[in-house]
Amino acid sequence: MSADRAPIDRLPSDRLDRFRELLERSDAALVLTAMAAFYVLFLGIGAILNYDLAGLISILGQVTFFTTVYALVVLALNLHWGYAGLFNIGIAGFMAVGVYTMAMLTAPPTGSPPGLGLPISVGIVGGMLGAALIGLVTALPALRLRADYLAIVTVAISEIIRLTYNSPAFSTFTLPGGIALGTGGANGIGDFPSNPVRAIYFTDPGSAASGTTPIGTAVFGFFETVFGVFRSAVIVDLTYGLVLVVVVFLVYTLLARVGNSPFGRVLKAIREDEVVAKSLGKDTNRFKIKTFMLGCALMGLAGIVWQGFGTGAVYPQAFRPELTFYIFIAVIIGGAGSNTGSVLGGAVFANLLFLLPQYLPNIIEQTFAIEADPNNFIAAVGPIAAGEIAPLFGYVLNQRLPALRFVFVGVLLVYLMQNRPEGLLGHRTETAAAVDLSEGHTPGAATQPDPTAPGNETGGGDDE
Amino acid sequence: MEPYARGRRLVREQPGLVIVAAVALLLVADLFAKLLGGGLTPARFGGFVWDGLVIGLLIGLAGIGLSLTYSILGFANFAHGDYISWGAFSGWAVAYLLAGIDRYAAGGLLLIGAGNGPAPGDVGVSITNTPLSIVAGLVVAVAFTVGVSLAVDRFVYRPIRSADGITLLIASIGVAFALRYLIVFFFYSGRQGVTDISRVPSYDLGGVVINAHELTIVVVGLALMVGVHLLLQRTKLGKAMRAMADNRALAQVTGIPVEGVIRTTWILGGGLAGAAGYLVVLTQGTIAYDLGWLLLLLIFAAVIMGGIGSVYGAIVGGLVIGLASRLSLIWLTGDLSSFAEPVAFGLMIFVLLFRPEGIFGGVSTA
Repeated sequence: MSADRAPIDRLPSDRLDRFRELLERSDAALVLTAMAAFYVLFLGIGAILNYDLAGLISILGQVTFFTTVYALVVLALNLHWGYAGLFNIGIAGFMAVGVYTMAMLTAPPTGSPPGLGLPISVGIVGGMLGAALIGLVTALPALRLRADYLAIVTVAISEIIRLTYNSPAFSTFTLPGGIALGTGGANGIGDFPSNPVRAIYFTDPGSAASGTTPIGTAVFGFFETVFGVFRSAVIVDLTYGLVLVVVVFLVYTLLARVGNSPFGRVLKAIREDEVVAKSLGKDTNRFKIKTFMLGCALMGLAGIVWQGFGTGAVYPQAFRPELTFYIFIAVIIGGAGSNTGSVLGGAVFANLLFLLPQYLPNIIEQTFAIEADPNNFIAAVGPIAAGEIAPLFGYVLNQRLPALRFVFVGVLLVYLMQNRPEGLLGHRTETAAAVDLSEGHTPGAATQPDPTAPGNETGGGDDE
Repeated sequence: MEPYARGRRLVREQPGLVIVAAVALLLVADLFAKLLGGGLTPARFGGFVWDGLVIGLLIGLAGIGLSLTYSILGFANFAHGDYISWGAFSGWAVAYLLAGIDRYAAGGLLLIGAGNGPAPGDVGVSITNTPLSIVAGLVVAVAFTVGVSLAVDRFVYRPIRSADGITLLIASIGVAFALRYLIVFFFYSGRQGVTDISRVPSYDLGGVVINAHELTIVVVGLALMVGVHLLLQRTKLGKAMRAMADNRALAQVTGIPVEGVIRTTWILGGGLAGAAGYLVVLTQGTIAYDLGWLLLLLIFAAVIMGGIGSVYGAIVGGLVIGLASRLSLIWLTGDLSSFAEPVAFGLMIFVLLFRPEGIFGGVSTA
């Protein structure tokens, strides 16, 4: 990193120390360093694969997109689980409600399936409200349940939602007023309003051939002359990624404010000991329902920006429970209870566990030139007796890498639960007082305000 | 006036329950109206009931293990569904191998036809055609799944035995992922045919068609359930398990070997899960890497309905869930038939809301 090229040889360790201190103290520095490392990593991958400049920019756009969408939904889950201790494993369902509601509100009435043709802004707000509403319906009765029952109920509701969208029964239906509407059944909704970012560059956001706006002409011209990049799609994706960065920043700020408000302190009290919170006169159920609805709305938003504008089509198979568990693993990697940890966990999962395995086979094949491509396991291991190991590699790389990624993710989850259940940044010191008591870093001087917290808290440090 | 007062209190305290009960009564009334009015033939009704019993028996069989581990170890094991899948794949690999070894290469048979292996119609596995291979497969399915569940317990759950239920639950999700996609790694990710349906004889009982595979499932399922019943009632084990589920620390000081009971629980639960998975394929005729996961929510529904920890509750709960999902097809016709599963999930949610201790009310183990 930056300290590597220090002019004087004795200084690096000193600078490294200072850098490490900066990382420990500043959340922004931590996230920015991690992202810089991921960008360098994927630029390196692009270079190994001999991508041209457009390809490299495209990779950067992909890294930004997946990092931000994961960060967004992990932040939402952290509000549920990290702050209020609500064990929601129906995330995919709430994301589906958000994006489906948005799609049904904004799809053109002439499309197949038909929509209501409302503006995108109405669709986004409607999608978030829809997800929050389903969250309310789930939360009203389910929050009385034990944590593990809540888990089973939420996963069942998420499956009910997915099967409902998947069902041919609602693929098109008519509202009482004679307005046709539909979910598209198993095929989903493809007639989708195009990404609003495109409106910046194209006069008609629906088609790239329509001609460019003044901004579009200027930006595309700049990229053509300076970098020799002619693919406008790459630039649109990159812009969308930057918009998402802003969205994540806004959501992060919102959640940080919520977490530090009196409301957030009640949530943490509920997480640690609900009876205590109740005995202090807090209506814990009301707090839990509000939190659940806010988190669900954010999950709906994440669904919209991810599956909706990111993928450009929505279909029920995208919302299988696997998606929920991805998000869960990301929140556990980051550490439940920490917003910075959520962003970081989302980034680590999206880049190292989701994107990287997609590039891995290409890199390995380019390096080792593996020709063999057996189509079953026996054909892959059989030749090992004859000293040939290539078929096994070919089988793993060409046929079964996605499956092995899932196996790895599962093993990682078990490892984390056994050895580091608090994640990278989980449950750091949380100030229960309105003023910062950890000012002077005097050990033992500040009374521990939270006797119910688990023993792994470390003194000092900053609040999130 | 006593019952009247009780009724009024019920309406006041649990209006939701009253509504659910009213809807249930309405459905029963409608069912009779349909049966008497000829909208539903008795044969069709009998077919739904039989299908529901078969799938319900399997759900109950798999549910026994989930229920026992839930109460004795104190966590919801989300990997249970994937024990079921491994039972299916390990058992059918052996059944396939034994049925076709005289005609085909062992490799393609062991992988149940993966990658251009022999087709189910050519191998011709069925209970009447190759009964020995079916039985051998069942034994292997049970043994293999017992091994898997013991190994998983040793390396995953035992190191964090004292952790809280949610930590264990999350770890079990990790196990579920690893096990499920190991199946994809060794076998395949699609759904493939396994049994030779054309060679399965079926019998007509008053219009209700029953095939030999379903009959096998009922016989084997009932035998296994009676076996579990005897094991729990006639041995000290049942008592030890009950004590464990009630209070682990107390059981430990009275000298019950806690780890030993836990091991037995896994052997019992894993074995039954493996058998259930193997038998599910026998009735469906197809095998898929996620078959256990697809069943898991129904099994949870059965276990919660029967009361966590209760073996008999799990069996009855399984039958209720199986019957409910099939009988719902009387009303869910045409495009709506895809809602049979959501009906079972909805039933589970209702039970959790109105009677979280199960319909039999907090009976613990056995």
